[in-house]
Amino acid sequence: MTLAEIWALLIGGAALLYVMLDGFDLGIGILFGTTRDEDFRRTMMSAIAPVWDGNETWLIFVAASLYGCFPMVYAILLPAFYLPATLLLVGLILRGVAFEFREKTRRLRPVWDVGFSLGSLLAAFVQGAAIGAMVDGLAVEKGRFVGGPFDWLTPFALACGVGLVIGYALIGATWLVLKTEGALRSWAYERILPLAALLLLFLAIALAYALTSSLAVMDRWLDRPWMLVFPGIGALATVGLLAGVRRRVDGLPFAMAALIFLAAFGTMAGSFWPYLIPFSVTIADGAAAPSSLRFLFYGAGLFVTPVILAYTVAVYWIFRGKVRPEQTYHGRG
Amino acid sequence: MDADALLLSRIQFAFTVSFHIVFPSFTIGLAAWLATLEGLSRATGNGLYRRLFDFWVKVFAVAFGMGVVSGIVMAFQFGTNWSELAHRMGSIQGPLLGYEAYTAFLLEATFLGVVLFGRSRVPPWAYLASCCLVALGTTLSAFWIMANNTWMQVPVGYEVIDGRYVPTDWWSIVASEVAWIRFAHMLLACYLTTAFCVAATGAWYLLRRVHVEEAKRMLDMGLGLAAVLIPAQIAFGHLNGAYTAEHQVSKFTAIEGRWQTEEPARLILFAWPDEANERNLYEVAIPRLGSFVDDGTFTSREPGIVTVPLDERPPVLIPFFSFRIMVGLGLLMLAVSWGGMLLRRHGWERVPRAFLWLTFLSFPSGFIAVLTGWFTAEVGRQPWIVFGLLRTADAVTPTLSAAEAAVSLAVFVAVYTLIFSAGTFYIYRLLRTGPDSPPASERGVTALRPMAASGPSPQARTQHGARAER
Repeated sequence: MTLAEIWALLIGGAALLYVMLDGFDLGIGILFGTTRDEDFRRTMMSAIAPVWDGNETWLIFVAASLYGCFPMVYAILLPAFYLPATLLLVGLILRGVAFEFREKTRRLRPVWDVGFSLGSLLAAFVQGAAIGAMVDGLAVEKGRFVGGPFDWLTPFALACGVGLVIGYALIGATWLVLKTEGALRSWAYERILPLAALLLLFLAIALAYALTSSLAVMDRWLDRPWMLVFPGIGALATVGLLAGVRRRVDGLPFAMAALIFLAAFGTMAGSFWPYLIPFSVTIADGAAAPSSLRFLFYGAGLFVTPVILAYTVAVYWIFRGKVRPEQTYHGRG
Repeated sequence: MDADALLLSRIQFAFTVSFHIVFPSFTIGLAAWLATLEGLSRATGNGLYRRLFDFWVKVFAVAFGMGVVSGIVMAFQFGTNWSELAHRMGSIQGPLLGYEAYTAFLLEATFLGVVLFGRSRVPPWAYLASCCLVALGTTLSAFWIMANNTWMQVPVGYEVIDGRYVPTDWWSIVASEVAWIRFAHMLLACYLTTAFCVAATGAWYLLRRVHVEEAKRMLDMGLGLAAVLIPAQIAFGHLNGAYTAEHQVSKFTAIEGRWQTEEPARLILFAWPDEANERNLYEVAIPRLGSFVDDGTFTSREPGIVTVPLDERPPVLIPFFSFRIMVGLGLLMLAVSWGGMLLRRHGWERVPRAFLWLTFLSFPSGFIAVLTGWFTAEVGRQPWIVFGLLRTADAVTPTLSAAEAAVSLAVFVAVYTLIFSAGTFYIYRLLRTGPDSPPASERGVTALRPMAASGPSPQARTQHGARAER
């Protein structure tokens, strides 16, 4: 296995981690917009306040790694997604400042609350749309993007945007079940099953679309029958999710939702490997100079990343358990 | 390539990066200040440090949040607007930014959660360690950014393969002397920015006769640190000038504002550069001092702007004036911090109110000095994006249309205006309210607290009221 392939796997792993972690706090941002109950809203914020910033930083990890290891891919994707990337950034800004700002004012709180939920929704939607647009294919010539500003805006991309919003809302609801008690926990439990049903419907349609619209994807599935293991994992995780909801095992739904994300991600990655941009740029085409890959791997890949994972786990451990009802923002109050 | 898209992209980058740098300059220093306060609080058991910590951590939280969200924009813009830069220089700049994400961003973001929310959940040593790790993260972030930017100023350790720049010697890229000088210059600038904000807040409270104990400690620590750091900063500034003279004659001569080569060279204090006619209007200059500043002798020959080909010159006006503003503010900070150290010998109560006003009003001096310093460095590098290798005009995304660039610029201006006004206002309100009053048991110790002892300020009362209503 080449260093470029190792980095592709590492970046893929980081992207999956991002989708799971920021997924649940973006999802809670989306759910936040569906309730007007101030107690619910405060508890939702408290359930993610200590960790959202770290979660979101995995996006930077992915973007910076892509820039470092596959600069050509970075220089193709961002121009191709110029407007969606702008919307993503605006969404992330509006939701990011809301954590502090909504605590600092009562008069303007509705403004920051709308910013928080719409920003989360927007960020989730454009991430999904970008994935969908990549599946549909981008206009690439000689290692550069050559398409127009709205090329990404395909029906399938829009469907993927909606699909990821649903997915994030689902994993957000499962995080609320894990972290909260009482009325909010029941409220979140009620939302898991409908969201899961919608998500599975979407995933089935997306897979069918990808298989029928692209011979290349179909070939891969015929070549690599072992890939069926991913939909299999998804099916088992769905059963686990149902069981967790029925028996009210608070930790199970989140773990199962994360598995569903893993299954969907594995399905997609398997369909396209070794392409980073399907079907125009492979891992080998897009890789940075070998000296860059080595510089990154023997420092960041081997040493720093394990340390990051270790302290991320440690901080999640510190904040384990239910959100303490007496704990207000910043532990003040 | 679309000429308007290029111009709009440049405006957008200048706007977003200028907005962004304000917050890291403040929070890099604040993180170190908080770690110091927590350490002092643990070592001395003095409740004053804990109150200062609890107060400044609220300011830190707002400023850090704004720094994070405006920083994410930067990481994406290299690809969205400057994809040719990313395409050609990615093998060098990408890993440097990557290391910033790996060693700095995740560290600071993760442990910030502990600092803001975890005091009751971790043992005291772990809390102090978390404060130190946040400070370490912000410092490492500055290092990688300076390493990256230094490579754009003085590119080294590369070879060109098919129009792409490939690293051959990482050691010379990361450990270049220029990078370390500029890192120290930036780090000191951040500490000075924060030191002046802390001291100005103290001066403000003394002027209003509130939070007197806290105010005096803030003045002591803020101005004391500044008094020590300013001479070091001036020394590093000089080293910065030396590297510029050696590697970037076009930037150096623009800063000096010297059109013709002179021997010995004058030092131009003030002028209005007239670029069309290659001369200065209203010039005020000191003979021979230019040679001394640049070379240490009173006789050396120093080059003029005309030695640089026309199409490789930066606009003279911006580096010329922003450099002078930066230096002027440095001298102001020197005067205020040393003046404060002299005046405080008889106690802050006896310091003239005029000096407190001066200290209070100098709160933005660090921010403006950082911004003008960066204007000097970045505008002075033009027309290059990577000095001598790639022009800014050739680095812009080829497919970018003026309409796309206009939309994103308008969106960023609107959003930044909203969050900047709100964030600044919330920070102002936090600072106006000030630290919580000490518990009754400690109150007798301090005689000079007429206002603070009378209870929370009206602002604090409304906030408590708001909380109770919920």
